[in-house]
Amino acid sequence: MQSEASTDSQSAAVDGGTYIMDDEERRRMMRRRIERISKWCLPAIVLVLTVWYWDRIVHWNEIPHYILPSPGRVVSTLFADWRMLLDALVITLQITFLALTVAVLGGAGLAILFTQSRFIQMSLFPYAVILQVTPIVAIAPLIFIYVDSKIAGLLICAWIVAFFPILSNTTLGLNSADHNLRDLFRIYGASRWQQLLHLQIPTALPYFLGGLRIAGGLALIGAVVAEYVAGTGGIGSGLAFTILEAGYRLNIPRMFAALLLIAGTGVLIFTILSLLSHLLLHKWHESAIKRDS
Amino acid sequence: MQQRLLSLNHVGKTFSADIEALRDMSLTVAEGDFLSLLGPSGCGKSTALRLIAGLTEPTTGHIAWHGEQTDHSIGFVFQEPTLMPWATVEKNVWLPFRLNGDSFSSVRDTIRESLELVGLEGFALSYPRELSGGMKMRVSIARALATNPRIILMDEPFAALDEITRFRLNNDLLKLKAKLGCTIIFVTHSVFESVFLSSRIAVMAARPGRVIRELEIDAPYPRGERFRTSADYVAHCRTTSEALQESMNDRD
Repeated sequence: MQSEASTDSQSAAVDGGTYIMDDEERRRMMRRRIERISKWCLPAIVLVLTVWYWDRIVHWNEIPHYILPSPGRVVSTLFADWRMLLDALVITLQITFLALTVAVLGGAGLAILFTQSRFIQMSLFPYAVILQVTPIVAIAPLIFIYVDSKIAGLLICAWIVAFFPILSNTTLGLNSADHNLRDLFRIYGASRWQQLLHLQIPTALPYFLGGLRIAGGLALIGAVVAEYVAGTGGIGSGLAFTILEAGYRLNIPRMFAALLLIAGTGVLIFTILSLLSHLLLHKWHESAIKRDS
Repeated sequence: MQQRLLSLNHVGKTFSADIEALRDMSLTVAEGDFLSLLGPSGCGKSTALRLIAGLTEPTTGHIAWHGEQTDHSIGFVFQEPTLMPWATVEKNVWLPFRLNGDSFSSVRDTIRESLELVGLEGFALSYPRELSGGMKMRVSIARALATNPRIILMDEPFAALDEITRFRLNNDLLKLKAKLGCTIIFVTHSVFESVFLSSRIAVMAARPGRVIRELEIDAPYPRGERFRTSADYVAHCRTTSEALQESMNDRD
């Protein structure tokens, strides 16, 4: 870091005439470097310590694996049951992504409809809120009574949970267009369609992406919770049913392995959506711009 | 001698219930005029500009345009640069053309030209956040100029800038106007700015907003830094200040 103010500092060191760094600036750089490394190292250390301590507890107390398996056993189960777990994972992923897709189309579509007509918004928005605040576990049993296909039922449940953040965020975004830019569009005779396409949708993009990141996690939660409610297993069951079934059989290592996969899926979804957000916004939006100072 | 462009005939604007933003404003703008609307805040100068832009309708009186009016007849520059942050500088300047259905490639040369006029030819591909406040305002001006409008309406465009940048933009604006021969209506609350720029100043008073004096600034163009320090300039500033003082006293 170059610093012009440091030229008169006594501790200034002229380094081949390229730049001068005073003590304060050097300390700041050091602190920044330590923070950058710590951001990755500290969580890793916590993980290693936790897993080690878990392993030791199991070992020292000679806890049987049907009560608490050691981490090693969980990992070996993950590999041993891989085929079965993978099938379940694929089902859960399918439900999650389908639900998320429908939530994006439904949520963003409804938001656009809302901004086009205040009357539609007034008529429907309260019900969207009611759908959101009613716990999904309370609605799900009813859905499975009226919907024959289990997949369709799971999809509806996951959708109900996931669509609201997209709807509310996108609606907020579409209504946040700069009022001077709106005036400018009017002066230049823009149509409603042009205003939507060139002003409101680009303005709403960061809001939408924020909603999408929340919805991605919620879609997974919706898919898992709905499967717990649906209960019945058999062919084409997801990870939630795998956990339930393993519980009945006291196959605790498999429960942990399935849990590990669900958590990993959640992290993966969040990472992918964050990456997408970064790719779309990094050129212009404040949230995605790294500060130099 | 000059062709009439626009006239306001007894225009009044009352907002909800009893807020009278503008009362009985009559004004004629001729082709090539540089008219400043000068007054304290709340005197309706921005309302007058919005009425002229067609963003709101007068409650009483009417506004008459002489000659043909199209969507491209008006350029507007706001107090903020009002750029789309997601679009590059050239795409921002493209906006009025885009809304008119012109493809980017068909107007690329025009866009380049207007960026050259404001001295930003090297920044066509930059994003607004990469520019300084003064540069953003230049982009905003380039966008207003690009369509070659009959009139450019400017609503305190330089009020948020530092004085050095403001002086430079004042000089550049006059050069641009001389080159293009466009008509400008300029809203400001700075006596010095209005005298330096305008051929005419309409001094306005508040509550209700109205024009109380019209002043001619007969100093010849081009005006440069020398004009800023001339006795003529100081004399005009004094007259204008007195008129403004009058408008303030008029309030009660």
